[in-house]
Amino acid sequence: MTMLLKTVTFCAALGAADLAAAAELSLAANTTGKNVNFMREQLDIFEKKTGHKVSLVTMPPSSSEQFSQYRLWLAAGNKDVDVYQTDVIWAPQLADQFVDLTEAAKDVVGEHFPSIIQSQTANGKLVALPIFTDAPALYYRKDLLEKYGKTPPKTWDELAATAKEIQEKERAAGQADIWGFVFQSNAYEGLTCNALEWIKSSGGGQIVEPDGTISVNNEKAAAALDRVKGWIGAITPEGVLAYQEEESRGVWQTGNAVFMRNWPYAYALGNGDDSAVKGKFDVSPLPTATDGEKPSSTLGGWNLAVSKYSDEQEAAIELVKFLSSKDVQKARALELSQLPTVAALYDDPEIAAAQPFMPNWKPIFQSAVPRPSAVTKVKYNEVSSKFWSAVHNTLSGDGTAAENLELLEVELNELKGDSW
Amino acid sequence: MTDLTVADPPAALADQSHINSDLRTQRVRSAWVFLAPTLLVLALVAGWPLVRTIYFSFTDASLTNLAGAEFVGFQNYLSWITLKSGRVIYKGLLADPAWWNAVWNTLKFTILSVSIETALGLVVALVLNAHFPGRGLVRAAILIPWAIPTIVSAKMWAWMLNDQFGILNEILLGLGLISQKIAWTASPDTAMVAVLIVDVWKTTPFMALLILAGLQMVPIDIYEAAKIDGVHPLRVFWRVTLPLIRPALMVAVIFRMLDALRIFDLIYVLTPNNAQTKTMSVLARENLFDFDKFAYGAAASTMLFLIIASITVLYMWFGRVNFDGGER
Repeated sequence: MTMLLKTVTFCAALGAADLAAAAELSLAANTTGKNVNFMREQLDIFEKKTGHKVSLVTMPPSSSEQFSQYRLWLAAGNKDVDVYQTDVIWAPQLADQFVDLTEAAKDVVGEHFPSIIQSQTANGKLVALPIFTDAPALYYRKDLLEKYGKTPPKTWDELAATAKEIQEKERAAGQADIWGFVFQSNAYEGLTCNALEWIKSSGGGQIVEPDGTISVNNEKAAAALDRVKGWIGAITPEGVLAYQEEESRGVWQTGNAVFMRNWPYAYALGNGDDSAVKGKFDVSPLPTATDGEKPSSTLGGWNLAVSKYSDEQEAAIELVKFLSSKDVQKARALELSQLPTVAALYDDPEIAAAQPFMPNWKPIFQSAVPRPSAVTKVKYNEVSSKFWSAVHNTLSGDGTAAENLELLEVELNELKGDSW
Repeated sequence: MTDLTVADPPAALADQSHINSDLRTQRVRSAWVFLAPTLLVLALVAGWPLVRTIYFSFTDASLTNLAGAEFVGFQNYLSWITLKSGRVIYKGLLADPAWWNAVWNTLKFTILSVSIETALGLVVALVLNAHFPGRGLVRAAILIPWAIPTIVSAKMWAWMLNDQFGILNEILLGLGLISQKIAWTASPDTAMVAVLIVDVWKTTPFMALLILAGLQMVPIDIYEAAKIDGVHPLRVFWRVTLPLIRPALMVAVIFRMLDALRIFDLIYVLTPNNAQTKTMSVLARENLFDFDKFAYGAAASTMLFLIIASITVLYMWFGRVNFDGGER
């Protein structure tokens, strides 16, 4: 009764006409960087505007862990969470558990890049609306590269050579903790992204091709992994085998790395007031195996989906449309340096001024490599896990790249069976 | 009781025994009444999930389709097909090298951690059993690692063991014991060592506490007698202390062993998810929730239960034999 009274007064205060409109929602969002703070700010605006109440459910930064928690909740028909923040690869696996947004979003889908909307469509059903897209960058220390007269590397070998030289000279100059290159190599989804880039940019395919063929066991892929194996302990700390995004950003942002592979979110954080590399770095596309080839970035990005078990689906859809709107995406680009999925924002002068790299990123994510989640469907997680295990074993010295990839091919074939 | 009633006059006997058996039935009944809530709760929170898990391990259930699960027999455990060439291919959990690797990791971890913890726990308990000023404070202080939730201590240690910012590398470098920062949790050579360090730190207090309880049961006059006879302290320990605290020690070891065999949280939080440290529980969870193989994960959970149960039975059996021998 008091609840109802409160709701009534709340609505009256806002001048909202209909009582049924005020809903209590909860949104599960991940905690990488400043995502949660940003979400809270935007949710406050949403609450003022609509009279709904939204609470945040914080999830781990590792997308693998987040996924299994979601799967558990959804399998149990959990009504507590109405809106889920989902990774770009999850749409085919979770499609049955989410509401079809095609009807509700038909006025806005046209604003977004068609390829991203396509990635969130499974069996003709629009599973989620994008809130930002992701394509990783090579972060480099402008100041150090200038100091030693280097240019941002175009190939992996050039990167290794530059990293080695600067690392040695800087260490000799008293910077004992500096390393050449950090990336993400813990055994988790992020390693699949990293390794896919190494292999694809070396002409080694994309693990499972769009037609379902398992292509990962080839010489070029093995050479790509061997190259990275050579970095561990030389230009990359051995600890990288346990690093996810935030650990590598830790090394980078304290000024202890010349290069870093990471997603655009690290750009705004690196230019924050508490950062040791503020104003000292820039980003470029990831290197390739040979000069002149097209750089390969793994397609990332996050979306919002509405649970089909939610009792407040209408309000939840309203929230999803708000958070994926042009205005919120613009604020996200300005504050968090995350790439908008609304095409028009790439011509926005404010964004170009605040995040100078962003207009150049449009061609990069548009040609980004998707992980094989669409073709492997519900088996994707296992494919990814087997792939990252093979890569992690190679990098930690348990078997050669060729041996591990050969074994991986056998395992993937067995997993595939007659068809994916 | 029965002897007493026989001594009573025959007339009263029938009456007495009648009352007696009445009393007994009543006692038995009230025992059941008092036990019932516990048994009910146990059946609900332990029995039912166990039965469900075992049931699912014989089906083709997936997490999104639990209701539609169909019975497939032992297929999740072991199945085989004979190829046209006559070659037989085995499939299922019992033919899965990843599973046996996890079993081996778990056993290795259990044996190492429980032995180290028992030895250290015994030393700590002996120290705490001695009289010295501030003993109460030390006893309380030593329990702190045990009181901290595992996830918290795992995260805490993950930072201390961090290769770049970790205090452990800083100290070892400062002392000149290592020349280069070690990636404790990441390197396959040290990942298990890192897990053992944290587990020993966390659970030694638990062992110490249980052993200390045993030590305090040892009557003081035996020690006094030994002292008067001039027995060497080491001999006293082997001949008096150890046999007398053996029951407590056995219980402590079995508690720790059961805990160690199902280790999950520490390894999951502390180390990368790779073959060097993956245990049975980690593998079961991965199949249950990460992959679309709920039934396979259920089979792994069932095997985990069977392995723990049989190790416990074996331990108790062998433990009892030794114990009787010791008493004689």
